[in-house]
Amino acid sequence: MEKILEVKELVTGYKGKTGFLKAVDGVSFDIEKGETVCIVGESGSGKSVTSMSIMRLVDYENGKILSGSIRFEQEELTDKSSDEMRHIRGSKISMIFQEPLTALNPVFTVGKQITEAILLHQSITKKKAMERAEELLRLVGLSDPKTRLKQFPHELSGGMRQRVMIAIALASNPELLIADEPTTALDVTIEAQILELLRTIREQRNMSIMLITHDIGVAAEMAHRIIIMYAGKIVEIGKTNDILQRPYHPYSKGLMESVPKMDGQRGVPLQSIDGTIPSLHEMPSGCRFSPRCPLATDKCRGEAPQLERKGDRQVACWHVDKLLQQEDKTQVKEGI
Amino acid sequence: MRLENHAGLDHQPLVEIKHLKKYFTIKGGGVFKREKKEIKAVDDVSFQIFKGETLGLVGESGCGKSTLGRNLLRLQEPTAGEVLFHGENILQYKKKQLRDLRNKMQIIYQDPFGSLNPRFTIGQIIGEMFAIHGTAKGKEKEQRIKELLALVGLDSSRYNSYPHEFSGGQRQRVGIARALALQPEFVVADEPVSALDVSVQSQIINLLMKLKEDLGLTLLFIAHGLNVVRHISDRVGVMYLGRMVELSETDNIFDHPAHPYTAALLTTIPDANPNAKKERIVLKGEVPSPAAPPSGCSFRTRCPLATERCAKEVPKLQEIRSGHFVSCHYPLEKGQSLRDAIV
Repeated sequence: MEKILEVKELVTGYKGKTGFLKAVDGVSFDIEKGETVCIVGESGSGKSVTSMSIMRLVDYENGKILSGSIRFEQEELTDKSSDEMRHIRGSKISMIFQEPLTALNPVFTVGKQITEAILLHQSITKKKAMERAEELLRLVGLSDPKTRLKQFPHELSGGMRQRVMIAIALASNPELLIADEPTTALDVTIEAQILELLRTIREQRNMSIMLITHDIGVAAEMAHRIIIMYAGKIVEIGKTNDILQRPYHPYSKGLMESVPKMDGQRGVPLQSIDGTIPSLHEMPSGCRFSPRCPLATDKCRGEAPQLERKGDRQVACWHVDKLLQQEDKTQVKEGI
Repeated sequence: MRLENHAGLDHQPLVEIKHLKKYFTIKGGGVFKREKKEIKAVDDVSFQIFKGETLGLVGESGCGKSTLGRNLLRLQEPTAGEVLFHGENILQYKKKQLRDLRNKMQIIYQDPFGSLNPRFTIGQIIGEMFAIHGTAKGKEKEQRIKELLALVGLDSSRYNSYPHEFSGGQRQRVGIARALALQPEFVVADEPVSALDVSVQSQIINLLMKLKEDLGLTLLFIAHGLNVVRHISDRVGVMYLGRMVELSETDNIFDHPAHPYTAALLTTIPDANPNAKKERIVLKGEVPSPAAPPSGCSFRTRCPLATERCAKEVPKLQEIRSGHFVSCHYPLEKGQSLRDAIV
């Protein structure tokens, strides 16, 4: 498969009083053409900063890519000028955000905002652009697109606004769509509609999607592969079913077990991970999960584990071989 | 153990809600903005909350679940109806009686950042409860507060810390300690875990379950996360556009939903179980504006089973099977899926 995006050893920091605080620290992964990859993590895991780095939007919020490489369609993005980046953003890579109300401009009509996105990257007449905008609104499933074009964002509901955002993102036929918690602010029935829309669009256009979410349920429904992040680092990468059924990393495992399942036993205490997510100012030394990890040893506290390949899976844990052995044993037992 | 407990639940209503209505008026229509519109946030809702149970209340935003919770504590004044607590209508209570009532009914809020005063220490925040209700003073008060902090899993040495020194999950624990300070019988938890991260969420759910068991609380658990509600609740009520559309025991509602809305809702929840291959029924359209609800059944505009009758007649909440209440003209049979019903 053709790799459309390759991120290697990405380090992104934000300016603090005592130098840069690394929100993303040595992250490597890739996305193939037509693939949906979900980055799952809790707040402060660096999942959003990773996407903002790829879009080079961190430059605008006091952040900086400190090292590493981001290659998109074989081109290095980290050393592009801001003009060059502006051209790539919105043409080859598009992004949708969690809160569509703040992402849309309140003083312009929906039509104006979509045509602006079209005219920025294509040299066609305004009339043609308006026609294209209408077509896009129909594509994202908005009823009565002609009227919608004349409406302002505040006249639309949350779900409709997110559809408009998706229409704008699709205006230039992007190769990669980055969706940062696109359904977090929406109700369940609307969330289902938007996820279905994203799935359909991906299939129709063979587009790649990088979906950022804190909801493992959403990742389970959308992703081909799942990346799990914790405190600025990737702890595990694997195929969706593998990760869901047999998470290797103690954090992935804890995360899966702490979500109540729809067919799980009710009323019993849920598994939980003790303690809280560390803040950027006081990152633990060694493995960042070690203070909360049931398996932590002195080695874990002293030295950070690297992401290591195990078959289809990549795991960053010193105990991975031991976990795999246990895994084999239980499998044998189950076999008997 | 849990099941036993549930079977032995004496169905004594602790709280009875009868025809509760909460209407908001908004100005805005007409040339001079003089026209008044009514928003029926809670529209004629009746149900009971049994002593010792956890009743889960689910619904999408704007369905009135939080308004209902606030109204039955009289944090907002209902427009009409009755709320009986131990058989007494608390809507007729005067100021003094109402203050005494607050000892017995409490609330936990969603936002652990907005609901704690940033200028007060944790000790002061919880201590305020004792000051207002005059139940403990001085050393005794301090002792009680420290006990409460220990009860919710916080270090009692953090008595003098300010809210900003705590993480989201810890702040929610403070909110819980405050609600429990006066040893209430009934607690409304309004989206208590929605603002928290997954790994912290389960800690708080466990804490709530444990406290409910240990202290014999009755809990109204308002949330939109169906998996969480399923896990914690004995019974579940589903609301849509200001009305209760279905109410039943948890297993029953999740295994045999009778209202088309509940049935559709259950097929759309993103579930982390890869083996659960389900037939997804994605509801079309959005929740109508409560300022202009549809005639008849409020769900009919999105319902795959709607007929002309649904546009004319408002369905009443009726007991179709023992303990299973539904407001629908065409409820699903036990074992019948929504997909079957559509065909």
